[in-house]
Amino acid sequence: MDAILLQILNGLDKGGAYALIALGLTIIFGTLGVVNFAHGALFMLGAFCAVSIKAVLGLEKVTLDPTQTTAWGTPLEIRQPYVEAWFGDLGATLLEYSVPVSILIAIPVMLLIGIIMERGLIRYFYKRPHAEQILVTFGLAIVLQEIVKSIFGANPIPQPAPDSMQGMVDFGAFLGHEAGNVVYPIWRMTYFLFSLGVIGLVFAFLQFTTFGMVVRAGMADRETVGLLGIDIDRRFTIVFGIAAIVAGLAGVMYTPILSPDYHMGMDFLVLSFVVVVVGGMGSLGGAVLAGFMLGILQSFASMNEVKEIIPGIDQIIIYLIAVVILLVRPRGLMGRKGVMEG
Amino acid sequence: MSKFTINRRSLLKGTAAVGVGLATPTIFSSKSWAAGYTNEPKGGTVTFGFNVPQTGAYADEGADELRAYELAVEHINGGGDGGMLNTFSSKALKGDGVNGKKVVFVTGDTQTKSDAARASAKRMIEKDGAVMITGGSSSGVAIAVQGLCQDAGVIFMAGLTHSNDTTGKDKRANGFRHFFNTEMSGAALAPVLKNAFGTDRTAYHLTADYTWGWSQEGSIKKYTEQLGWKTAAAVRTPLGAGDFSQYITPVLNSGADVLVLNHYGRDMVNSLTAAVQFGLRDKQVNGKDFAIVVPLYSRLMAQGAGENVKGIFGSTNWHWSLQDEGSKAFVKSFGQKYGFPPSQAAHTCYCQALLYADACQRAGTFMPSGVGAALEGFKFDGLGNGPTEYRAEDHQCFKDVLVVKGKENPTSKFDVLEVVEVTPRSQVEYPASMLGGELGPYNNGG
Repeated sequence: MDAILLQILNGLDKGGAYALIALGLTIIFGTLGVVNFAHGALFMLGAFCAVSIKAVLGLEKVTLDPTQTTAWGTPLEIRQPYVEAWFGDLGATLLEYSVPVSILIAIPVMLLIGIIMERGLIRYFYKRPHAEQILVTFGLAIVLQEIVKSIFGANPIPQPAPDSMQGMVDFGAFLGHEAGNVVYPIWRMTYFLFSLGVIGLVFAFLQFTTFGMVVRAGMADRETVGLLGIDIDRRFTIVFGIAAIVAGLAGVMYTPILSPDYHMGMDFLVLSFVVVVVGGMGSLGGAVLAGFMLGILQSFASMNEVKEIIPGIDQIIIYLIAVVILLVRPRGLMGRKGVMEG
Repeated sequence: MSKFTINRRSLLKGTAAVGVGLATPTIFSSKSWAAGYTNEPKGGTVTFGFNVPQTGAYADEGADELRAYELAVEHINGGGDGGMLNTFSSKALKGDGVNGKKVVFVTGDTQTKSDAARASAKRMIEKDGAVMITGGSSSGVAIAVQGLCQDAGVIFMAGLTHSNDTTGKDKRANGFRHFFNTEMSGAALAPVLKNAFGTDRTAYHLTADYTWGWSQEGSIKKYTEQLGWKTAAAVRTPLGAGDFSQYITPVLNSGADVLVLNHYGRDMVNSLTAAVQFGLRDKQVNGKDFAIVVPLYSRLMAQGAGENVKGIFGSTNWHWSLQDEGSKAFVKSFGQKYGFPPSQAAHTCYCQALLYADACQRAGTFMPSGVGAALEGFKFDGLGNGPTEYRAEDHQCFKDVLVVKGKENPTSKFDVLEVVEVTPRSQVEYPASMLGGELGPYNNGG
């Protein structure tokens, strides 16, 4: 029982990441009709926003101590972050909370990246076949990750959570089980709640604002909205930016869970596309539901008891579920009629 | 005056001759096969081929290997401060190249993919005339390239490869390894683990699902079970699993009190990070402090895991903080040239370049069989690992093995590991027949 509870919890943060990436993918597909294979790269760029902010906050004042030498004979460098030298404890706190602080910076940065990407490249492929969209966006993803690698190197870069958020939540004690048996890291729980918050905000934005109403109308019938004199292209550009923000924030908050490297976007991209297909192309609710469902199932498939029955199931479970869902419900869990059908 | 005429018969003959010429594999028509042995150097230079990951997940490690090779070539040709040539027990090399020829080099990108590594090695042999191939950061790649070098008739001086198989069941006469292997890691770690954690322990293995992971798991299980430890489970994980939390959570209630992470590189960083996040480093099980072990440490990779490595045991081939004269000379040369200390990958690659050059000088030839004979059974010192021997039976170097621990109070970003034990060579030696395989005869190509 404890093991099952643990794997459910375990699937929540992973599912949160899948849901956020898939949500952005679905928004872009639903509004622009573009299959964006560079969306994983946006997740990675978000993570590297956090890395960059920490690097900037951590810029160090270097003084040479001629009385001490390094192992290779040069004077020892004494390093102190400027932010600590200037602001003392406040500076140290800023450094420690660099990941949450990065959220504030990542929002405008990712919006800008999204708008540049859409205006600079994606818009030229709106009316082109999906295969061409996939090729060009996949190429863009590779270019972006190589740029990141050339700047930050190939090794993962640690981004620890703040000290106050590094402990565990003891769900075992809370549920009346033996203490310490069902524990879950505070940061992962935070990530799950954060993903729910972002998903809620995106839905509220689309549901309760005029802008959202126009976007939803555009998703249903782009031509008619255009005939009403609304510049739907401009709004869709902003929608692309919003999808980039969602993916970027997912990346920022994921950095303490997975030390970021240039390849992390690709790791999530394929899985997120499966999530979109399982949820139903163009369905925002479907993307979120499928994200959490597949995250949890992936965790269950990694249990030793399950792997003993079906060896290797942990590596294929998501694709297996996708096949089953598509056989039973060809449009996915909550797919709309007419989307990607001819 | 003869008249040049083309009839059907001569046209067919001519076409056939041209066809045969074009169809002949370039390997036979290239300069690589045009001499007494493959790529016998004729001019004033000899070409080494450095095959390292320049792209992909191990690109940083590959870059460090390349820095070390460039430094080695500089020292062999008489440049710089001479580095470990000054401390090397063999004095055959005089700083004027090898066998009267200046060393030049070409590079290839393995991408840490066997196919790509073989293709780049093949290109360096066939097109660039490399007389020796060296480098790499993966056992799968090393075994693939070693096979290619055997077939092509050039020496392969392996880079960072830790699987037993490289000098075990997949060994080849033309291949030589300076780096240690999983058998030695197990033998070196076991006594330290016994002292630190006792003999009544239950281990849970998470293992990268490929040749090196299996080899590492097998060795650690063998030696820890000899101590009296039990193995609760040995779970295979896919390469590049990303977040390992789903593999870590079953450990929590498994009854195990030790987690062995048979992972390297990015997988090691991610699995260790997840294990620490789930509180395993601070957990108590069976009345004992839970322990995590990372059998193969890399300082470059440990930097990626940040503070998570603190207090975690592992083994390594070499570390820049060693205080022997060879290590100090190498760290000084490397640090002054590049501004930071070398990794264990850089060290093994530098040593391999020097050892090959020295063997050629002593043999007076670059012919693989001659160079191999000079390396087989060669005993040396002064290269940072104490007295070392290239064992003739399997072309594996035998030397002391370092057991390290993640440092609690690092003084810099490079200062992440501390050496806790230097396990003497006698404790990590094993019979050559134990790991199987046959060296077979040398192939000189030609």
